[in-house]
Amino acid sequence: MIRVLASCIGKYKLDSLLAPFFVVLEVVMEVLIPFLMADLIDNGITVGDMAYIEKLGLILILCALLSLGFGALSGFFSARASAGFSKNLRKRIYDQIQAFSFANIDKFSTPGLITRMTTDVNNVQQAFTMIIRVAVRSPIMLVLALVCSVRLNGALSLVFLAALPILGVGLYFIMTGAHPYFTKLFKAYDHLNTVVQENLRAIRVVKSFVREDHETEKFHGTSGEIYDFATHAEKLLVLNNPLMMFVVYGSMLAISWFGARFIVAGTMTTGELVSMITYTMQILMSLMMLSMIFVMIVMARASAIRISEVLTEVPELANPASPLETVADGSVRFENVSFAYAGKGHPYCLKNIDLTIPSGSTVGILGSTGSSKSTLVQLIPRLYDATEGRVLVGGRDVRDYDMEVLRDSVAMVLQNNELFSGTIKENLRWGDKDAADAELVEACVLAEADGFIRSFPEGYDTHIEQGGANVSGGQKQRLCIARALLKKPKILILDDSTHAVDTATDAKIRASLRRCLPETTKIVIAQRVASVEQSDFIIVLEDGEIVAAGDHDTLMKTSEAYRETALSQKKGDDFDAAETR
Amino acid sequence: MPPKRADISAAAMKEKPDMATVKRLLRYVFAGGYGPRLGFVVICIIMTVVASVVSSLFIRVLIDDYIVPLTRAADPDFSGLIRMLCVVGAVYLGGVLAGLIYNRMMVTISQGILQQIRDDLFAHMQTLPIRYFDSNSHGDMMSYFTNDTDTLRQFISQSLPQLFMSCLTIIMVFCAMIYMSPLLTAVVVVILALMLLVTAKVGGLSGRYFFRQQRSLADLNGYIEEMVHGQRVVKVFCHEEEATAEFAEKNETLYKNATTANILGNILMPIIGNIGNLQYVLLAVVGGALALKGAGGLTLGIIASFLQLSKSITNPVAQISHQASFIVMALAGAKRVFRLMDEESEEDHGYVTLVRGREENGTFTEEKDGAWYWKHPHHDGTLTYAPLAGDVRMFDVDFGYTPEKTVLHDVTLYAYPGQKVAFVGATGAGKTTITNLINRFYDIEDGKIRYDGININKIRKPDLRRSLGIVLQETNLFSGTVADNIRYGRLDATDEEVVAAAKLANADGFISRLPEGYNTVISGNGEELSQGQRQLIAIARAAVADPPVMILDEATSSIDTHTESIVQRGMDQLMKGRTVFVIAHRLSTVMNSDVIMVLENGRIIERGSHEDLIRAKKTYYRLYTGASELE
Repeated sequence: MIRVLASCIGKYKLDSLLAPFFVVLEVVMEVLIPFLMADLIDNGITVGDMAYIEKLGLILILCALLSLGFGALSGFFSARASAGFSKNLRKRIYDQIQAFSFANIDKFSTPGLITRMTTDVNNVQQAFTMIIRVAVRSPIMLVLALVCSVRLNGALSLVFLAALPILGVGLYFIMTGAHPYFTKLFKAYDHLNTVVQENLRAIRVVKSFVREDHETEKFHGTSGEIYDFATHAEKLLVLNNPLMMFVVYGSMLAISWFGARFIVAGTMTTGELVSMITYTMQILMSLMMLSMIFVMIVMARASAIRISEVLTEVPELANPASPLETVADGSVRFENVSFAYAGKGHPYCLKNIDLTIPSGSTVGILGSTGSSKSTLVQLIPRLYDATEGRVLVGGRDVRDYDMEVLRDSVAMVLQNNELFSGTIKENLRWGDKDAADAELVEACVLAEADGFIRSFPEGYDTHIEQGGANVSGGQKQRLCIARALLKKPKILILDDSTHAVDTATDAKIRASLRRCLPETTKIVIAQRVASVEQSDFIIVLEDGEIVAAGDHDTLMKTSEAYRETALSQKKGDDFDAAETR
Repeated sequence: MPPKRADISAAAMKEKPDMATVKRLLRYVFAGGYGPRLGFVVICIIMTVVASVVSSLFIRVLIDDYIVPLTRAADPDFSGLIRMLCVVGAVYLGGVLAGLIYNRMMVTISQGILQQIRDDLFAHMQTLPIRYFDSNSHGDMMSYFTNDTDTLRQFISQSLPQLFMSCLTIIMVFCAMIYMSPLLTAVVVVILALMLLVTAKVGGLSGRYFFRQQRSLADLNGYIEEMVHGQRVVKVFCHEEEATAEFAEKNETLYKNATTANILGNILMPIIGNIGNLQYVLLAVVGGALALKGAGGLTLGIIASFLQLSKSITNPVAQISHQASFIVMALAGAKRVFRLMDEESEEDHGYVTLVRGREENGTFTEEKDGAWYWKHPHHDGTLTYAPLAGDVRMFDVDFGYTPEKTVLHDVTLYAYPGQKVAFVGATGAGKTTITNLINRFYDIEDGKIRYDGININKIRKPDLRRSLGIVLQETNLFSGTVADNIRYGRLDATDEEVVAAAKLANADGFISRLPEGYNTVISGNGEELSQGQRQLIAIARAAVADPPVMILDEATSSIDTHTESIVQRGMDQLMKGRTVFVIAHRLSTVMNSDVIMVLENGRIIERGSHEDLIRAKKTYYRLYTGASELE
């Protein structure tokens, strides 16, 4: 894991090494200053040697300036190193996601990937900055200050022998004691999010049932939970500060007492006493910082693991060695295809599919939710690879094609489709980035989108908000269809992509597709018999198997399942279907 | 394990902090009944600062009053020192205890304020009109409760006490210095001025870049979110290269801003620290020289004390510059939070309420289990009671979601108690809009809506809505048990009533088959249940409320005919004996209605029973016979 992440440092390696290097130099200077100061007080001020004071004073000023310089340099390099590291890290994850197949994306889930690229990268970056600066600084400071204090006065530095364990043990108990509360706190935050999200989604239900007070009470419960866990956790955590003060003051008292005795006895000087007090602060602060870094690294570890999972994931699909660059026609064949999302040995969601679709035909696919309709068509543009058997497009195995060539020929309108922020034109040009305005309009006319686009004040230049939030569901689906049409595909797949479009418009779209794209193979997944009954043939899927195939008339005669569905939808249980007959 | 530093939300980055926000935030802090406790915190902070200043001053006493005389004494007596150490020890202990107390108190205070803010926010959000929820994204609204309030935590529990403590320390240290040696204090003042100058310059610059960094981070994260959400589309369209190019550009911008911001931020600390070191050295040299000349009564102890004091003045300066960015962030968050609190609540000038009772011989007595009545106070102080019947009429209603565009024109309709009214028409014809007006999710522009003869504007909204049941096409459930979800319709419903409602809705069958029956816990989006089962629960939820008027939005049909027919039967049961407005998709529903309203572009173009409309041979007839398409 560390090797994977470390490789992201890339060209910022020099910065990453110089940063801790200058930190070390800075620490050396900082520890040196009190040491020299003791000398200055004892051999300059106490004895009254002005020349010595001036000499050491100059050296000390030089030390301070050097320390400033080193500190600034380490700050400079560490800023470059950590910003560069996180830049590379983001890029690596992003590139990796671009190379992912659908199966890889399924594995991590969309929110999972987003968290990794935002929060997790942030955590790891902060830990990285800490490591190249503070994680180097604190232990070295601790050791050097200890060494200097022992050299100043070995006997007096025994005070640290008592102080350090007290502080260390105290910090340990605080951190371990607070940890479980923080875990609970994060859960409580999730809970709060759920309550708010459900409330927002169901606000119409809340208002209809006049449950505003009930909801507020429910919310008060979770906000109370957060209050409880947060106060528990933080009350422990804020003990850090008084504990530190307690140990510092205790050490000061001990040093004052023993120091006074040593000085009176003549085994120590006043200057040494002053410097010892400075070292006390340096040593104890270092330990405190060290404990904080430790916690930070532990926290970042979970993020680092999640990121390296993405980086080490092998993209499932790869181009063949010498890929085919053209697709002959829009014919599709499934040869004994079986498919399991998790791979061989896992439950199959497609079983022994044999299917031939001639180029230019219109095929309807019917089946209830969970019958694997979408899975079936996703094998055609090779969004997944068949687990067994093979899928052929234009007479060749899909695995022989260059993926880009294949996917350019197979346009698919996904069930849950997305538009991107930008103008309508920009969104449409995803299909063909060189398309002329006239072509855009043509595609939109076919997809029944031209009318509503023109009703917008800015027409085709209307800005679409993220996720297409400012157009209705049906408008979004029609835009998505137009976008797919612009690819001028050999095969067009509509995966239940008109369910938010009213039935009449839906029928119009299907009619114009049939009329204007005779060459293109059209595969339509639908819930309503009416949407597919005019297809050249219809496939009925059930639990991943083809239970019936044929044209409408044949199926009405041969397939009981189809007949029942068709009749129940038609016999007046579905007014919408009746409308479009 | 310290809590994560709150990430500022992208939306908050656009806010400019101002004094009004500061004032309002402080009002929250001081008005929440925390006044006495805050006063105590202030005392505790003063005590900790005193202890820390004493610890520096003690060095002078130690050296000048004890060590130096003791070294000269022939027979050193340490009892005086012991007493002194005891006194100082007591002050230290007081400081530590005060620190302990105020830190812990600040935790309860800050978390208490945060909870108060969250609760107020949520309670206020519940009062906002539907229109507000239509026009604001859920993600954005959620961050009010997490990111935005969390930035306040840092501000209240850390920044505020730190600021106070730092200022106090600077003042006290300064006084102590002047008391000991005005001459050496002059040296400190010069250096301190230099330090403040540099801090202000570099700190200000770094603050500006820090904001730029946060803004480009928010921009990049927004882009990542959008692209990863649309990743499958990116794949299908082979759009990887373009997506990568734009990403690289944003990533580079972030890199540049982050580097500049962090270089400035990183060098601020060494600069302050080492100016402190310079000051330390200068004090020793100047102090030494002065002591040699015997000027200003400088002793070794004073110099040593000064050295220590100069350290305790550097830290607060660093602290203040460190807290500045948190304060700005917190104010941005607070501004957003207050903006939501300032959103106007749904207006409700209604005064007619719903009560239960009995009417006998013209006198009305309110009773817990009586029938429902409208209680109507009049201008002359009299009260009239009218039974809740479920008679809904609309007269010449016009409505538009925005003032520029009217979507409903001249809608007039009657529904007598117990009648079923079906709305038929293409998407966007205005079917849902009409139902949204009846329960006053939106208010009409022109015309009148009367419920049992009362203008609905006169009915208190909660009472109006309580008298209307609703089953939406999109089923929204809440995390909790199945029984909890059904009981949402009427919170005091008994278990028997819940089961009875489920039976009525045809839902009892599948619920009993669930592993834990009615106590099965489901998540909000109800992933464990099928769409049909969720609808059944929603129907049961409406059934347990048992309102006289129902608004139903039928689901469009799906291939799963089995569940569909179960849902259908549940709906039919629910409709019995009630006034029903149904947005119909099924021919059977339409045919069983008493009145059918055919809508087109926000107008009712045809109305009547199925037979009437068939006889009329107009739009409905053409739809029915399939001769025409809805458009």
